[in-house]
Amino acid sequence: MAEVSLIGVSKSFGTDLALDDVTMTVPDGAFVVLLGPTGAGKTTTLRMVSGLDRPDRGEVMIGGQSMAGVTPAHRNVAMVFQQYSLYPHLSVRENLAFPLRSPMLRTPPDEIARKVGEVAEILQISHKLDSKSTQLSGGEMQRVSIGRALVRNPSVYLMDEPLSSLDAKLRADLRVELKSIQANSGATLLYVTHDQIEAMTMATHVGVLDRGRIVQFGPPREIYENPVSIYAASRLGQPRINVLPARLFPGAPMKAETIGLRPEQIEQGAGENSLVKRVEHLGDQTRLHLSFKDHDLITVTDAHTPLRGGDVVKIQPQNPFYFDANGARVA
Amino acid sequence: MAQIRIEHVRKEFGAFTAVQSSSFTIEDGEFFMLLGPSGCGKTTTLRMMAGLELPTSGKIYIDGEDVSRKPASQRDIAFVFQMFALYPHMNVGKNISYPLLSQGMSRADANRRVLEVARILGIENILSRPVGGLSGGDRQRVALGRAIVREPKAFFMDEPLGALDAEFREHMSEELRALHDRMGATTVYVTHDQLEAMQMGDKIVVMNHGMVEQFGKPQEIYDWPATKFVANFIGSPPMNMLNFHGMVGNGTESVKLSETTIAIPRLLDGASGDLSLGVRPEHVRLDDSAPYKGRVLATEYLGTTQIVTFNTQNGTVKARLASRDTVRVGDVTGLALDARTVSVFDSGTGRALLSVANQGVLSHG
Repeated sequence: MAEVSLIGVSKSFGTDLALDDVTMTVPDGAFVVLLGPTGAGKTTTLRMVSGLDRPDRGEVMIGGQSMAGVTPAHRNVAMVFQQYSLYPHLSVRENLAFPLRSPMLRTPPDEIARKVGEVAEILQISHKLDSKSTQLSGGEMQRVSIGRALVRNPSVYLMDEPLSSLDAKLRADLRVELKSIQANSGATLLYVTHDQIEAMTMATHVGVLDRGRIVQFGPPREIYENPVSIYAASRLGQPRINVLPARLFPGAPMKAETIGLRPEQIEQGAGENSLVKRVEHLGDQTRLHLSFKDHDLITVTDAHTPLRGGDVVKIQPQNPFYFDANGARVA
Repeated sequence: MAQIRIEHVRKEFGAFTAVQSSSFTIEDGEFFMLLGPSGCGKTTTLRMMAGLELPTSGKIYIDGEDVSRKPASQRDIAFVFQMFALYPHMNVGKNISYPLLSQGMSRADANRRVLEVARILGIENILSRPVGGLSGGDRQRVALGRAIVREPKAFFMDEPLGALDAEFREHMSEELRALHDRMGATTVYVTHDQLEAMQMGDKIVVMNHGMVEQFGKPQEIYDWPATKFVANFIGSPPMNMLNFHGMVGNGTESVKLSETTIAIPRLLDGASGDLSLGVRPEHVRLDDSAPYKGRVLATEYLGTTQIVTFNTQNGTVKARLASRDTVRVGDVTGLALDARTVSVFDSGTGRALLSVANQGVLSHG
């Protein structure tokens, strides 16, 4: 496995600046998740590393080697896409073995059999090895396409929303599996998603992308607990962080334009009155939609709260975030 | 607005039975969710209420009137589909007024109604715009406007947010719910997304294989699932199932899991053979003194909370813990289950056994 670096990488498509001076290091053995909405530059970053696109400026390094002029086939990267493309006429076993049969690798047959068996075991598809890939469910097909990346021993795995087409239950299972495969094998993994749950649960590091720039890079916990901006703070956390005028509450520092309050930063039962507009029972927790001095906010309370719409509840900030007029964190 | 009552409704398509025999009542002004996986019969049920399909047998009443054999056009309801189709050659205002004009309403009355509806939806400023250049959200508002403007007895919606991305979907679901709260119209909403159902619904019907599994308020269904299917379908992660073999009866107050005694709410029913103890992830606590042990397989950070997966002698258990609790993969720890919240299921029938804790919810459903 290998470290991957982007140094001052920019890329435009026509007049659209897709990546704007991106510098980032994916440490050897790290699970880095790039998080951002559609158009933030996540997939473009992956394509730079894979060699499917070339930077206009800057450099991509894999394992300390510059990738300038190196074709995708020679970069030793394995990609998994959202849309799994398996060979429909081949069995699962043959699909998994296919990358190892590449003339560039010259893998001996018994080595291929061993590798395929091992990966099938990890992904729990051993019983399907002799099925045609067209006989599989969506979840099984995606496992096979992940397996096809795993049979190789690449410098880095690149994955572009590999779980987004699966149903919620299967996604939850595969999150846990992927994370443990990565942790046990020490693989370097660069993963793109717009799903914050995937970012928080799997990543060793999250890179938050905003219009082609990396605005924060660090462990998920650091980004959640210590965001650099409203934008970064809004990427993680459900319900989303409340952003209100700072003057609504006493104690705002100079330069603070807005106050950021996650549910756990809102103390209930003390402070000033707010009106409960709606109570949403989600099962494990209950969301309160509150109106405070004509501003809406959402917080979380006990699943079996007696509160109902029309009730009044006191709230006050508890270790809140403050942001300036540009949305940058000031305290 | 309207109360809608479904009595023993059944629908067959050739040899395939889409809906087995459904009965439930939607009260006037409710936001009502039909929830289940694909193929469970939820859309067929909605289409029968709307009059787009006729039931093979059973009755459908709207405001006490039997409409089972009436076509959609005579039921005075409005249907909002997942793919909202607007007339591309008309502007926003004309798209909304069209249903009124085609019913023969005068242009002046129609315009007055359109303005009213536009105000409710916050789209007064785009009434003269062509629909071509609108954002996804505005298109959806226009489609809603066209449904609302007729002032129907009820709204039927079939996964109206299904095609939207997560962030926008959250926003629109809040907007839809707020709209409902302002208008108070009976709304029946089909979804396969359990969180959407919990979040928006006053009541939920959970369907599976054409059968009604459970019917009730979101929190009641979550706390006291009637079947293993509901326990698994509602909640993320789902309710843990600790499988064991044994016998329980009327009055039983504890069960034995791998030689460990676990307290349960007093049962009012009995079963023997393969049983499951169901417990929600937030009702599993770390407790060094607890005799029931688990080994940590994985942790998933979620901000305020984390999901910790344990391997136990009765299968995998997930716990929702505060994210400040430190747990490491490989640790072995005692697990305490909150005795007041657990359910016992008969694995043979898949049904929850009646107990003093769940009888209030299960005996009426």
